[in-house]
Amino acid sequence: MIAKLLAISLTAIFVQNFVLVKFLGICPFLGVSKKVDTALGMGMAVTFVMTLASMMTYLCQNYILAPLRIEYMQTIAFIVIIAALVQFVEMFLQKYIPSLYSALGIYLPLITTNCAVLGVALLNIQQDPPYGLIESMVNGFASGLGFLLAIVLFAGVRERLEFSDIPKSFQGFPIALVSASLLALAFMGFSGMSFNF
Amino acid sequence: MTEILIPALAIGAVGLALGALLAVAAKVFHVEVDERIEKITGCLSGANCGGCGYAGCSAYASAIVNDGAPIDKCSAGGQAAVNAIAEIMGVEATDVEPVRAVVMCSGVRDVAPDSYDYYGVADCLAASKLQGGGPKGCSYGCLGYGKCIDACSEGGISIVNGVATIDSNSCIGCGGCKNVCPKHIIELVPKKYKIYVKCKSCDKGPAMKNKCSVGCIGCRLCEKSCPSGAITVANSLASIDYSKCTQCGLCVEKCPRHIIINENAPASAEGEAV
Repeated sequence: MIAKLLAISLTAIFVQNFVLVKFLGICPFLGVSKKVDTALGMGMAVTFVMTLASMMTYLCQNYILAPLRIEYMQTIAFIVIIAALVQFVEMFLQKYIPSLYSALGIYLPLITTNCAVLGVALLNIQQDPPYGLIESMVNGFASGLGFLLAIVLFAGVRERLEFSDIPKSFQGFPIALVSASLLALAFMGFSGMSFNF
Repeated sequence: MTEILIPALAIGAVGLALGALLAVAAKVFHVEVDERIEKITGCLSGANCGGCGYAGCSAYASAIVNDGAPIDKCSAGGQAAVNAIAEIMGVEATDVEPVRAVVMCSGVRDVAPDSYDYYGVADCLAASKLQGGGPKGCSYGCLGYGKCIDACSEGGISIVNGVATIDSNSCIGCGGCKNVCPKHIIELVPKKYKIYVKCKSCDKGPAMKNKCSVGCIGCRLCEKSCPSGAITVANSLASIDYSKCTQCGLCVEKCPRHIIINENAPASAEGEAV
């Protein structure tokens, strides 16, 4: 069991990295990656929401949708759950960790629209055989870590870019996209790896 | 019928349950927000320049309400903001002296040449760490790599011939540029005073003459000429005490280097200095 969870984690973080391999969650990846600090905060918030969302959507799928045979309502049900979850997290943070709440600012509610969160929830169920509760949560957590890794690496690259002599036509967003694709190329080195412990 | 009813009811139930959960959470995690904070935030300039010393306009507003911060810190909002905040907080409005930032360096490329070529990162802080405080011959002068440009929330700073220049009309006096300048040559001058010493060099006269053809040499002519005793020369640099200055303009005429600028008479003084 532990070995399988480890394999799921390594796969989610490196081989099937959400941002750099599956190209999900690009919006916050490009939007919040100007500074390493905020990137770190965003990555941690996304990790937290992904873990909880994996758990909640698993429960919803197996105890509500599947018995009623309405699996085709997955997307709607999951989006509602994720939105409520993010709202809940926001209220919780505002009450108990106001410093993190104000540091994340507008990006906190924007996690709702991060397609990586919905992606991990759907992919958990589409696995063959489908992941169990623990496996789903581990996959959600590890996918979040993969997002965190990608966004922090990218923020580091972008901080260096600030001081680089960039041709005028590439300044700003173009060079960010170019460096993002180079980072994705680096992660292609992991592709095809499988873990059998 | 059931194939529509069941999913509608199920999803509706899920939504209702989540809504109820959020309603309970909103009560449990309720945070009291003082309505004065929002009102004060509305009165402030909204520039989020950080000139008040807080993270942004709303941070300053909550500091006023919760921590009793002074109400006259918003230089961008000026007197109008102070009056409005005073009304909300029920305290007496204080007078604010509007200020604007001025780069105290006249050493453009033609008059204050570089002593070596610099090919490093185009950043004032990086350049200032080098031998002699940067490539500029005068170790006190503006390096002209534009650290202040990034700090300005109003976009009012430009580099003209190697020296940063601040547009006094767009300046809101937040002091953001002053805080990032590694050379500490940006100063906040009260808006009504148009006379200032546009140099920060503490080099002695002969040394200064080699580095910059306009910089202050500490000759004391201005100090002697000032009828109100507002000018003092210390460390070979003249400085004006605005609490005594009457803006008579005598020092501007006396200065052999034309380094004391009078904005009221730009043709005579500034024209020669640059």
